[in-house]
Amino acid sequence: MALQKVVRSTVIDAPIERVWAVLRDFNSHDRWHEVVDHSEIEDGKPSDRVGCVRNFTLQDGNHIREMLLSLSDKDYVSTYTIIEATVPLQRYVATITLKPVTDGQRTFWHWASSFATPPGMEADLRNMVAQGVYEAGFANLKRHLQLGSNAGRSHLRPTSTKPVLQASPVVAQTIKVREYGDAVQLRAESSEVPPPGVGEVRIRQTAIGVNYLDIYLRKGWIPELLPLPGTPGMEAAGEVIDVGPDVTSLLPGDRVAYMGPAPGSYTSVRNVPVAWTVRLGAGIDDGTAAASLLKGITADYLLRDLGRVKAGTRLLVHAAAGGVGTLVCAWARNMGALVMGTVSSEAKARIARDNGCQHVIVTSDYTFSAAVHHISQGADVIIDGLGDAAREENFAALAPCGHWISLGQASGPLQPISPDWLVGKSVSFSRPVAFAYVATHAVLNQRAERVWQAFRDGILLPVQTEQFALKEAATAHARLESRQSTGSLVLLPG
Amino acid sequence: MIQVYTSSVIDASADAVWAKIRDFNALPQWHPAIADSRIENNQASDRVGCIRYFHLRDGGLIRERLLALSDYDFTCTYSILESPMGVDNYVATIKLTPITDGGRCFAEWSAEFDCPPQREAELSNSIGQGVFQAGFDALKRHFSTRR
Repeated sequence: MALQKVVRSTVIDAPIERVWAVLRDFNSHDRWHEVVDHSEIEDGKPSDRVGCVRNFTLQDGNHIREMLLSLSDKDYVSTYTIIEATVPLQRYVATITLKPVTDGQRTFWHWASSFATPPGMEADLRNMVAQGVYEAGFANLKRHLQLGSNAGRSHLRPTSTKPVLQASPVVAQTIKVREYGDAVQLRAESSEVPPPGVGEVRIRQTAIGVNYLDIYLRKGWIPELLPLPGTPGMEAAGEVIDVGPDVTSLLPGDRVAYMGPAPGSYTSVRNVPVAWTVRLGAGIDDGTAAASLLKGITADYLLRDLGRVKAGTRLLVHAAAGGVGTLVCAWARNMGALVMGTVSSEAKARIARDNGCQHVIVTSDYTFSAAVHHISQGADVIIDGLGDAAREENFAALAPCGHWISLGQASGPLQPISPDWLVGKSVSFSRPVAFAYVATHAVLNQRAERVWQAFRDGILLPVQTEQFALKEAATAHARLESRQSTGSLVLLPG
Repeated sequence: MIQVYTSSVIDASADAVWAKIRDFNALPQWHPAIADSRIENNQASDRVGCIRYFHLRDGGLIRERLLALSDYDFTCTYSILESPMGVDNYVATIKLTPITDGGRCFAEWSAEFDCPPQREAELSNSIGQGVFQAGFDALKRHFSTRR
């Protein structure tokens, strides 16, 4: 009698470690597969001991005993056979194989078996196995992973069968601002970070990006964003320590970077929503990620969405040797734009030029509009981090119908812009916030991937970072405010 | 021995993708990095043991021998005989597996080779991303624009 063969396969939208964590447990199926009512391993053996037998009942009352024949954590393979069953499957041997989909953190799942049946029942039993067990299992496991391991059908078995490690607080070194003011207000304190909440991951941070926004927060310019006492910092990179309930896309040990709309990254350990995170692949180190996630994504939305920069666009970038400036110059040049930039010293001019800025204007007193008109007869797009001191010059530098994008205000808060003033040149004025451009996790991932790809393709040069110990955050801020720094500043927790 | 593994999901049946890639002499028809190709000694391109002689778009010459071809398993295995890459004992396999829920297929491309330790990272990246992933990306584009 010919053996019947059934093969079914699917792709699960979760990393292989997560899928395997469920499937390698030979006794997990009553928690995720709806046809299984109750299962236990005979003789109290561990469920990953080759040769153990799972003894289970199905929702329809059938009863099956299956033996684990092989289990490989190296190849993600589990093979098992029916040794006794009230359903007429004979010589049934099944193999589950997982493989990583390397271009997207997904998992290919292959489930195959061969078996014999009584005459005349071949088609019925093939369908039962293919649809009732395998295809239903695919759908059930997808649902199980989405709900998280603590939801769904876990009530069927008390969690006491497997000891759950009680997550405990972790002591962290954290920078606190207790009074708004100069850099000296950044002081290191010890704090406790509780276990991650629902939808959160707890990250041991290895590198923290410093942004000009952090200085505004420290000075108390945006008190609603940083009430006292508070911890500044919008981005960091590190390793996941543990994950909270309902988190299915990350596991302890995963390397991640994040950016989020609430400050607090100047710390050695932090809980953040998983929706803020992006996974880091090989080739992007933690320092680069922490230094360039927010800045790279800023460059991405500025050029692609807000500025609509394309070949021939006349672009003026202030602080062209800075963290955002270098990325914007290099990327815009690759898009074919005419890239002009201002810097405050000859040393910075060299850095701006190395990053693709074709026309560098060295100015220490915020005068540049004459030079811009000499080079290009006005700028179509200005990316402005200078603020109030350059207000008149920026307006003067704009070409008719130009677009003034106010990204920061290093020289002081920009006084209100009057619509009647703008109409003089028919120009647009924008005041964007990066976090509005990464409103969903999918968009964040998409933008981050474009940034990493631009680094891998050499469109963006490796970031030059100046590194400071976390407890030296005050020194880092003083350095950034001094206008002496170039490239990106990074804090390293000890 | 260095191992490189790249995998992807292509939105077309394994039969359709296999029809595109099974011809050992067809690389320039689907892989963006390959400029031209011919089979040495006028052999058939599905004759196991045949050698393809091709140029990369950057000018490099590569010769590869077909070691195994399976229309049953959608698998093709080959070795490098001569290349500017600086690898030894290079053997690679490209394999397709049907995904039964939906007309897609799972594509794997893997290689094993020897090289000086300081070149491991660079070669793993250029082979895994520059060759394998770039090939998958081209296939994905091909099968998405055909509709």
